[in-house]
Amino acid sequence: MNVGLFVTCLVDALRPRIGFATVELLEAAGCVVEVPASQTCCGQPGFNSGDRASGTELAMAFLRDFEHFDAVVAPSGSCISMIRDYPGLFAGQPEVAGRLAALAARSHELSDFLLNHAPQRLPAGKLQLRVCYHDSCSGLRTLGVKQQPRELIGAVQGVELSEMREAEVCCGFGGAFSVKLGVIATRMADNKCVNAAATGADAVVGGDLGCLVNIEGRLRRRGDHQTRVLHFAELLAEGLDSGHHD
Amino acid sequence: MHATSDRFKSNARERLDDAGLQANLRRFGGGFAERRREAVGRVDDFEALRDRAAAIRTEVLENLDHWLLAFEAAAQARGTRVHWAETGADANRIVLEIARAAGVQRVVKSKSMVSEESGLNEVLESAGLTVTETDLGEYILQLAGEPPSHIIAPAIHKSRDEVSALFAEHHHTPPTRDIPVLCEQAREQLRPRFLAADMGISGGNFLIAETGSVAIVTNEGNGRMVTTLPRVHVAITGIEKVLPSLDDLAAVLRVLPRSATGQDITNYVSVLTGTRDPGASDGPQENHVVLVDNGRARLLGSALHEALRCIRCGACMNHCPVYQNIGGHAYGWVYPGPIGAILTPAYLGLENALDLPQASTLCAACEVVCPVRIPLPELMRVLREESFSRGLRPWHERLSIRLWRWLALPPRLYGVASGVAVRMLRALAGRDGLLHRLPGLDGWTEGRDMPAPQGRTFREQWRQRARRPS
Repeated sequence: MNVGLFVTCLVDALRPRIGFATVELLEAAGCVVEVPASQTCCGQPGFNSGDRASGTELAMAFLRDFEHFDAVVAPSGSCISMIRDYPGLFAGQPEVAGRLAALAARSHELSDFLLNHAPQRLPAGKLQLRVCYHDSCSGLRTLGVKQQPRELIGAVQGVELSEMREAEVCCGFGGAFSVKLGVIATRMADNKCVNAAATGADAVVGGDLGCLVNIEGRLRRRGDHQTRVLHFAELLAEGLDSGHHD
Repeated sequence: MHATSDRFKSNARERLDDAGLQANLRRFGGGFAERRREAVGRVDDFEALRDRAAAIRTEVLENLDHWLLAFEAAAQARGTRVHWAETGADANRIVLEIARAAGVQRVVKSKSMVSEESGLNEVLESAGLTVTETDLGEYILQLAGEPPSHIIAPAIHKSRDEVSALFAEHHHTPPTRDIPVLCEQAREQLRPRFLAADMGISGGNFLIAETGSVAIVTNEGNGRMVTTLPRVHVAITGIEKVLPSLDDLAAVLRVLPRSATGQDITNYVSVLTGTRDPGASDGPQENHVVLVDNGRARLLGSALHEALRCIRCGACMNHCPVYQNIGGHAYGWVYPGPIGAILTPAYLGLENALDLPQASTLCAACEVVCPVRIPLPELMRVLREESFSRGLRPWHERLSIRLWRWLALPPRLYGVASGVAVRMLRALAGRDGLLHRLPGLDGWTEGRDMPAPQGRTFREQWRQRARRPS
């Protein structure tokens, strides 16, 4: 299966390791992975700020970059949700809307893809880590991503997942919201930190880098430099690597 | 009601710093959300009930003029007088005229958010009438001189101690923390006022076109007394509240209390029709309904049309993490939370509530519980688009969006720009790999650090890896 990796602008800029981890996981699941060099962003920063053209123009770019793949995968529920919204932006252009709908239907959030659409199951990994999991909003409520990452993490030998209170409550990121209304975003992130700390986990794990940066930023400001904040792709890749060394 | 929705940011900051309010918000926290979840679990197919309620509301709004006229005719046939108010001020004038014509001195009120929109109490009081709010929460707030902070639990922001102090001050009783005793005190205060009132003013959860009735759901029983004891009853409600039939009411009532308080049904469901029958011992001799537009008709057929489906359950605010952290007063007008973030700009003008549609992470926790399936995040985005296209947002925000789009489109330019940005951020970061301050992004760095980029961008690294033979 020929998979195009939509790496997302945040992973590209802030934490490329998540991108490499994603490639490793996709290859371990039997995919041939390509990374179109001309990809940029799904458009949400502008679109959610009220600039509709950001959505339509980047939708066309997405079509140009990814239409030829069997499947598209992103390590983000948020970006995939945006991609699923693309067809609706072209109500007056049925031909484009149809092509975008077909492409959106084969565009998947990473954990959902690995569990439900990949050619092979991931080999079992191994990692000693106590984690709690934060459900990112778009993945959870738009795409139904809830059990998928938990199942993948649970399959890693040695990983212990303890659920935090209010795991499904927004962390306060919300893109530009986190800057425009930073005081509210900070309080929401703070609640998340308190709930995560109460589990005694070594790491807060999630599936969207926006949330992770927000949570990590607040954790560090609170003076917590111990708790790791990880994308599940990093955790799974780390597990695969440790598994291989045995 | 005097609006402070144009100062949302400073309102919110003030509420976040208010330790007392924060404790009160936390105390009840997800109480309603938890109860809703349980109530929804007790029915077979709540999603089907939501579909039905949404469909009923959608169909009514398609032909709102027809159903309103049908309601008017049926109500008039039962002796109810129907008044049409284009604005809140018109509604106040109409109620005052009714009061004057009937020689009214004392008014008792049950909960009406529409009367909060119009500021009815102030108008009646300045005309020399005494007005008593009889919903317990509203009664507390009347003593405190505060507006509601929630549409179904108006005093949710107040603690037991605050209520105790208020009652001690106004009732001249020793302070007590005993809730049944506090309730008893309120009852003793209110009972004589019910009996002495010349006019009862209520809201109306629904108008039933088939029978010309006003339907009210309450839990305290005060609504029944307000609507049946005084010789004049006035119901004041929005024009969007009409339902075709009693069957439709039954269908909508299956979702309203469950979504609101997590009750299968409210303690009281009153269907008020016409005036007192000859020879009957209770019911008003005069019955009026004031149908208030106050901006609603303008929404019909607009991009915000779907917001008119709202049945005022409060589920969106009960599930909104923003509302839960700042409380309702921060929103600065009658309707807080996600629905308020749409209705306030819609009714008061977007320029008077510019930050409200931005006051959401678009997490969609509201949308998945709305009993009439209002796409709340989408409607907030509609308002954001209007803000952007009308140039209402601050210039630096508009500029940064334009600049971002200009950079994000051409891949090469984006690659260069992101590469440069990443290097700059790396250079600015401390040894701990964190950015503690970022020029232009103090909204972020005031309360959070920014983890610095790990190194070169993924795309740069990937390109180099591809060049190298593996």
